[in-house]
Amino acid sequence: MNMRARGRRSTALAGGLGVALVLAGCGASETSSGGGGGGTAEGSDLTIDCAPYEEFGDLQGETVSIYTSIVDPEDQPHIDSYVPFEECTGIDVQYEGSREFEAQLVVRVQSGNAPDIAFIPQPGLLATLVGTGAVVPAPAQVEANVDEFWDESWKAYGTVEGEFYAAPLGANAKSFVWYSPSAFEEAGYEIPQTWDEMIALSDQIAATGAKPWCAGINSGDATGWPATDWLEDVVLRSAGPEVYDQWVNHEIPFNDPRIVEALDTVGGILKNPDYVNGGLGEVQSIASTEFGDAGLPILDGSCWMHRQASFYQANWPEGTEVSEDGDVFAFPLPPIGADGAAPVLGGGEFTAAFNDRPATQALQTYLSSADWANVKAQVSGPGWVSANTGLDIENLTSPVDRLAAEQFQDPDAVFRFDGSDLMPGEIGAGALWTELTNWIANDKPTQQVLTDVENAWPAS
Amino acid sequence: MQWFLDASTTGHKFALMGFAILLFAAVMGALLFAVDRPRRVPNWVVAAGFLGPTLLLLLVGLVYPALATVRGSFYGRDGSEFVGLDNYATVFTEDNFQTVLLNTALWVVLVPLVTTGLGLVYAYLVDRTRFESLAKALVFLPMAISMVGASVIWKFVYEYRPDQPGVRQIGLLNQLLVLVGIEPQQFLLNAPSNTFYLIVVMIWIQAGFAMTVLSAAIKAIPDDVIEAARLDGVSGLQMFRYVTVPSIRPALVVVLTTVAIVTLKVFDVVRTMTGGQFGTSVVANEFYVQAFRQFNFGLGAALAVLLFVLVIPIVVYNVRQLRLAEEIR
Amino acid sequence: MTTTTPVIAPAPPEERKLGRAERRAVAAKTKLSSPAASAIALLIAVLWTVPTLGLFVTSFRPELDIRRSGWWTALSDPQFTVDNYNEVLYGGGTNFATLFVNSLVITLPAVVIPITLALLAAYAFAWIDFPGRNILFVAVFALQVVPIQVTLIPLLSIYVDTGLAGSFWTIWLSHSIFALPLAVFLLHNFMKEIPASLVEAARMDGAGHVKIFFQVLLPLLTPAIAAFGVFQFLWVWNDLLVALTFAGGAPDVVPLTVRVAELAGTRGSDWYLLAAGAFVSIVLPLAVFLGLQRYFVRGLLAGSVKG
Repeated sequence: MNMRARGRRSTALAGGLGVALVLAGCGASETSSGGGGGGTAEGSDLTIDCAPYEEFGDLQGETVSIYTSIVDPEDQPHIDSYVPFEECTGIDVQYEGSREFEAQLVVRVQSGNAPDIAFIPQPGLLATLVGTGAVVPAPAQVEANVDEFWDESWKAYGTVEGEFYAAPLGANAKSFVWYSPSAFEEAGYEIPQTWDEMIALSDQIAATGAKPWCAGINSGDATGWPATDWLEDVVLRSAGPEVYDQWVNHEIPFNDPRIVEALDTVGGILKNPDYVNGGLGEVQSIASTEFGDAGLPILDGSCWMHRQASFYQANWPEGTEVSEDGDVFAFPLPPIGADGAAPVLGGGEFTAAFNDRPATQALQTYLSSADWANVKAQVSGPGWVSANTGLDIENLTSPVDRLAAEQFQDPDAVFRFDGSDLMPGEIGAGALWTELTNWIANDKPTQQVLTDVENAWPAS
Repeated sequence: MQWFLDASTTGHKFALMGFAILLFAAVMGALLFAVDRPRRVPNWVVAAGFLGPTLLLLLVGLVYPALATVRGSFYGRDGSEFVGLDNYATVFTEDNFQTVLLNTALWVVLVPLVTTGLGLVYAYLVDRTRFESLAKALVFLPMAISMVGASVIWKFVYEYRPDQPGVRQIGLLNQLLVLVGIEPQQFLLNAPSNTFYLIVVMIWIQAGFAMTVLSAAIKAIPDDVIEAARLDGVSGLQMFRYVTVPSIRPALVVVLTTVAIVTLKVFDVVRTMTGGQFGTSVVANEFYVQAFRQFNFGLGAALAVLLFVLVIPIVVYNVRQLRLAEEIR
Repeated sequence: MTTTTPVIAPAPPEERKLGRAERRAVAAKTKLSSPAASAIALLIAVLWTVPTLGLFVTSFRPELDIRRSGWWTALSDPQFTVDNYNEVLYGGGTNFATLFVNSLVITLPAVVIPITLALLAAYAFAWIDFPGRNILFVAVFALQVVPIQVTLIPLLSIYVDTGLAGSFWTIWLSHSIFALPLAVFLLHNFMKEIPASLVEAARMDGAGHVKIFFQVLLPLLTPAIAAFGVFQFLWVWNDLLVALTFAGGAPDVVPLTVRVAELAGTRGSDWYLLAAGAFVSIVLPLAVFLGLQRYFVRGLLAGSVKG
């Protein structure tokens, strides 16, 4: 291989734990806008068992590069979480995050300049990269960890054509409705346990002249994705996980009657002028509202409910109390029909490796271990969770993250990965976004929206 | 060897920078010295000395990728299967791409004309006034701002909030609308007018360039020409129309051309403000989306080739100007 | 150039006594004394300034205010803080001074190298007669349209193969390549404006092309070079795509813009920081522009035509 022309940052990192954690501490105190006491770990007890990495041989002085879409301020906890591993092995882990990750990773892989490891947020992208032949299968140690700590549905998402490539890393739970516990209590509203109760509550709120829901799907060049989450959540509830899988894999047409029904159910909320868009305008305003700002009207009482993932806790302004009886909290989006626990829609990253150097494999092994999940939980502020069942929920600082982790660890809860991340890029990151945006912005009819997505599905 | 590749301290970086510039100067110096030495060398040898490094860089950095792109446009998604003109057929027949083409046409006509017009009028108006340097600095300012910065700036102009009690506007334009009693508008959402609001941003960024170059050209008009016209009783608008504009014609062509080409390539503005949604995409943005987000390299390449083709009229126009200039000389 | 003064029009006696600058000033006065003209100029200036002013005010406002109300409310109810700047400058993992140095180290050669190359090339196109000159010039000119995006993968592949990837060299080279077509085109235009008589005279004295280039043309073109230099400086300084692609993976090389682009956070929740971030990155370009502004005011071509 070519000589690596990477800068060596070992001097900065050799300073060790102390320096890194001081940095982390001040970063967290300034950016933990989610409130909830962004406590970071004290550092002294962050030691791990070095034994699993000894079998990779002497790795002193090796460098492993990681490329991700996770940037400031969420990047610092990642960097800190490698410190125990670096101390065990003497490996220097170089972390690079970029908001242009997806496009840039493709450029780098195509140019032969792939990083050692990339955190890939979509199984669809993973499959594409595997198709280029650049990704190497996960080593046995990683596979053993994943078998031990993850639900098999997660392992399946890291598997392409029967070969296991990528272990899951972080996760986020998407099936949450944010609300204000204090406002609910004042008004005497109860948290709905079923879909019907939720609609009844919405009607009750609408009858007072207020708008119960607020939403926003604008996200720059990814505008539309929050709407895809809505649709997926409802398909998972109304049609069930089997139909969901068939739909995502295009074994049934995209405009199957059950999907049309699901989107109409979503429309019953998002396109109901009595329900939306609290504090933000007419139905149309959903299309232009930044998804990050869309829940904020809850704080001033002009909106009551906002469906968004657990990571939304980072969007509440500094000083907002996120807790079960605070300013804001989340309840699981209730199931449709009577039976069972609410299904969980989620997302997450996967660690793909582009070479099989021992140092790379050692880091892969560490990242798929329960040790890493617990270290990461301790150095992270609110807004991080993993579906790793070895994660001790007590290590999580935020109540919302604990709620999410409980859902992931609940063996009865059906988990499904965010479908738009599983579909081909031109659908899941293209036509579906655009069409659902049209559905809201231009009131395009449901049937036509889904038919147009169906027609855009790539032939093969 | 490592010293030349890895620079991690500030001193080292500056040393490396100095070395790079010196190396460059030494190579160029040696090259020029070599072609200048022999007493009677053919012109083309001298020209090769002056032009060689430039042409070499362009061949490797632009010509080769451009040719690879042309080739790629006839292949499928991952470049392995020959598909003939399929990608072009897609571009010209699908509704989405029709909008993209129309938008690109709007951009490439409106941005250069309005930018040049505004730059010219402004440069003429503030020329040799007491506030000239301040006035120019103000219009030049957007040039100093990156695209990311510019898109944030315009977010605070176009941002929409509904007209409801307790909700305040964040966008300046909607605040003005509310003040005069009009409903706030979704400037970036409603096609086709949203394309025009994006074009405004591009004009805002580019006007400083036009103004600067044109102002320089205005100052270069010989005094006696103006004097003569003045003595003929020409003044005000007529002076602008019959003396200033014809005198700076070459500069106008340069500015129009440059801005037109920059506009054809623009994708930052569209990408950061609407992401090409709501019917605002242009060819350059669509290329990026297709090639790097949807992994459809073939279709992306076809769009890029379309850009090459779109620039042909501009090249032809400039060649004719070049010919004219040659004849005059 | 003609020096004939029209005989017919009797010039007012007082105007004859005025110096050139004063006469121009009189002309300017007549222009701006028209209220419509001054109104138009003022309107443009205001339109061009207000958005930036808004950003400037915004950058000093507290987070919640930025999210909840327009910047103009700060004018009547001033609530200012430097928190955003603190967060931008000290919040991230990377030292800001390092990024600043990187930007500077990237920018200077990326200005000097392409301008020098383009000057030489423009000279060849303007003053050296060789076969195929016009076709070659048109070809170089037409290369302006190649979008940077199509070059990313081919160029990066070459850099990886040569072991240069992730160093300053790749960024310098890339910026130089991308700047060349426009630089050659613009500088060629300035170069042509120089009176042929000057070049001919030097040639008569036995000067070769190299000598003519350095001793006759370069001094005359200084303002144009400075002006184009400022443009190139701004483009390189503000570039994001080139830096992202070619500096990628090398924390010792990445410039300021890369960090500013990350400010909004993984999911864009911290967009309120972008105002402060944008201003941090504007500081140096603005200083450069103000410092070199006299070249713009005097005019790009002033030196050449006046000889």
